[in-house]
Amino acid sequence: MAATISTAKRRQLGRPVSIVGAGLSRFGAFRDMTTRDLFVEAFQDLIDHMDQGIDVEDIECGYIGNYSSDLFEGQGHTAPILADWLGMTPTPITRIENACASSGSALREGIMAIASGMYDVVLVGGVEKMTDLPTEGVTDVLASAADGLYEVPAGLTFPGIYGALAKAHMDRYETSLAHLAKVGIKNHTNGALNPKAQFNTTLLDMMERRKARAEQQGQPVPDWRDEMDFLNDPRANPWIAWPLRLYDCAPITDGASCVLLVSSEIANNFTDKPVHVVGTGQASGRPLHDAEELTSLSAAREAAAQAYAMAGVTPRDIQVAEVHDCFTIAEIIATEDLGFFEPGEGPRAVDEGRTALTGDRPINTSGGLKAKGHPVGASGVAQVIETFHQLRGEAGPRQVPNTNLELGLTHNVGGTGGTCVVNILRRG
Amino acid sequence: MTTETRAFNAASFFAYLKEGQLAGIRCRSCGKLSAEARPMCQACHSRDVEWFQFSGRGQLSAFTCISVVPNAMGEKGFGRNNPYCSGIVTLEEGPRISALVLGVDAANPQNIATGMALTLDVQDMESDRPTLAFVPA
Repeated sequence: MAATISTAKRRQLGRPVSIVGAGLSRFGAFRDMTTRDLFVEAFQDLIDHMDQGIDVEDIECGYIGNYSSDLFEGQGHTAPILADWLGMTPTPITRIENACASSGSALREGIMAIASGMYDVVLVGGVEKMTDLPTEGVTDVLASAADGLYEVPAGLTFPGIYGALAKAHMDRYETSLAHLAKVGIKNHTNGALNPKAQFNTTLLDMMERRKARAEQQGQPVPDWRDEMDFLNDPRANPWIAWPLRLYDCAPITDGASCVLLVSSEIANNFTDKPVHVVGTGQASGRPLHDAEELTSLSAAREAAAQAYAMAGVTPRDIQVAEVHDCFTIAEIIATEDLGFFEPGEGPRAVDEGRTALTGDRPINTSGGLKAKGHPVGASGVAQVIETFHQLRGEAGPRQVPNTNLELGLTHNVGGTGGTCVVNILRRG
Repeated sequence: MTTETRAFNAASFFAYLKEGQLAGIRCRSCGKLSAEARPMCQACHSRDVEWFQFSGRGQLSAFTCISVVPNAMGEKGFGRNNPYCSGIVTLEEGPRISALVLGVDAANPQNIATGMALTLDVQDMESDRPTLAFVPA
């Protein structure tokens, strides 16, 4: 079988860049909060958790990922509003849009702004306020990340395109609905350990709560024996876009994320435990119907190849990863595209528990987009934040049990592979 | 192939659909076919492209049956109790395209087979943007 990871030109940053602080808002549905409120909450979390403090005046520039405040809440030109609400005017802030890879892309802009030598201290982050619209409205907004001329008129939705990818993967390999369900069960198990997660609960607990509620209300109590039983009940887990069901999909989420990037030369002014950006890659891909393969995202393979080449490491060296599980099938395909497993071996790795917190290749320790939540523009940087905490050994009950944790990876996808950003981080 | 000189854009693509034809682009430089109407070849960047009429025959390469529908499909009567099938169709000339797949039992996707032969059946012909759709051949 051909190697998953191709070779890419080895590019280098002009000078090293480090992450010295991270802030995350709560993730969930917050009716009375707007985009700016969410981002202020993430920023305050960052300030409160800087090891040696930060003077906001020292931040020279910002890049904020946001997919569509325009369509979600009717607010465009979001960046200067955030600058104002953070008390940062006249500091330049730019909004970056690459669908669900918006903040992954914003992070890269920040990395390059420092690597270029122009700035020393840069704020990057992401934010999305999604829950003002009903589900149909959110479906329409997310579908606008697909090709409006050649995909959307075919009735394809965001879950629909991933559904077609899932079907192609099932046709080609031995992938089953049970494999998809196991990804969800695993990510909810991790999410139960993450106090910031939208679903801070296991699927088993969720199932038990629904049984208890039915009993309380004097309704027939479902006889689900375990999570798999629960997930196989179409009343609990209806089809969204066959073969994807409700619990295969990441939720609709409000949330924001941010990290502080600095030139590595001054990282120790901010913390004794910086995390270095040692590899970064980004690539573009075509719509699924025009993709080389229907079971893989070419942009992910290319972005990974770039990041591995810059870092001088191989997939085998990566010890913890946050990958873009907007749908359960997306996590399986990601672990293959990143070279963690051969094409078609992703489902077996899930079966064998290799991607669990205690496995040899822990994936989505945060709960992933699936359980932590997926405020689309905020997700790329939120993945970096989880990896930052893991590498610093401060992930609490979900800390990967490996005392030599040194290298982590993030994989952030926009749309159905139109954009992919991969970053590799090293403990300082 | 045709000597037609319509502009190489989506407006012309939909105008062809309105005439019941699936037309795309052939690059006269490298021969690359595209089922999308483009003014420039995506493989060799040549601007020397011409219209290419596809036969309308193809096969179903991947598909999904959608129950949570976008507003536009809801207006056509689709929804949780009436899902529809969307697929990736490989045209017999080689290129792939996304299309609505009608005449299949979208409520029972296990009865729909990838690899099945399909034929063009354009919908919404009265609209300025007819819908690219296929049915079992």
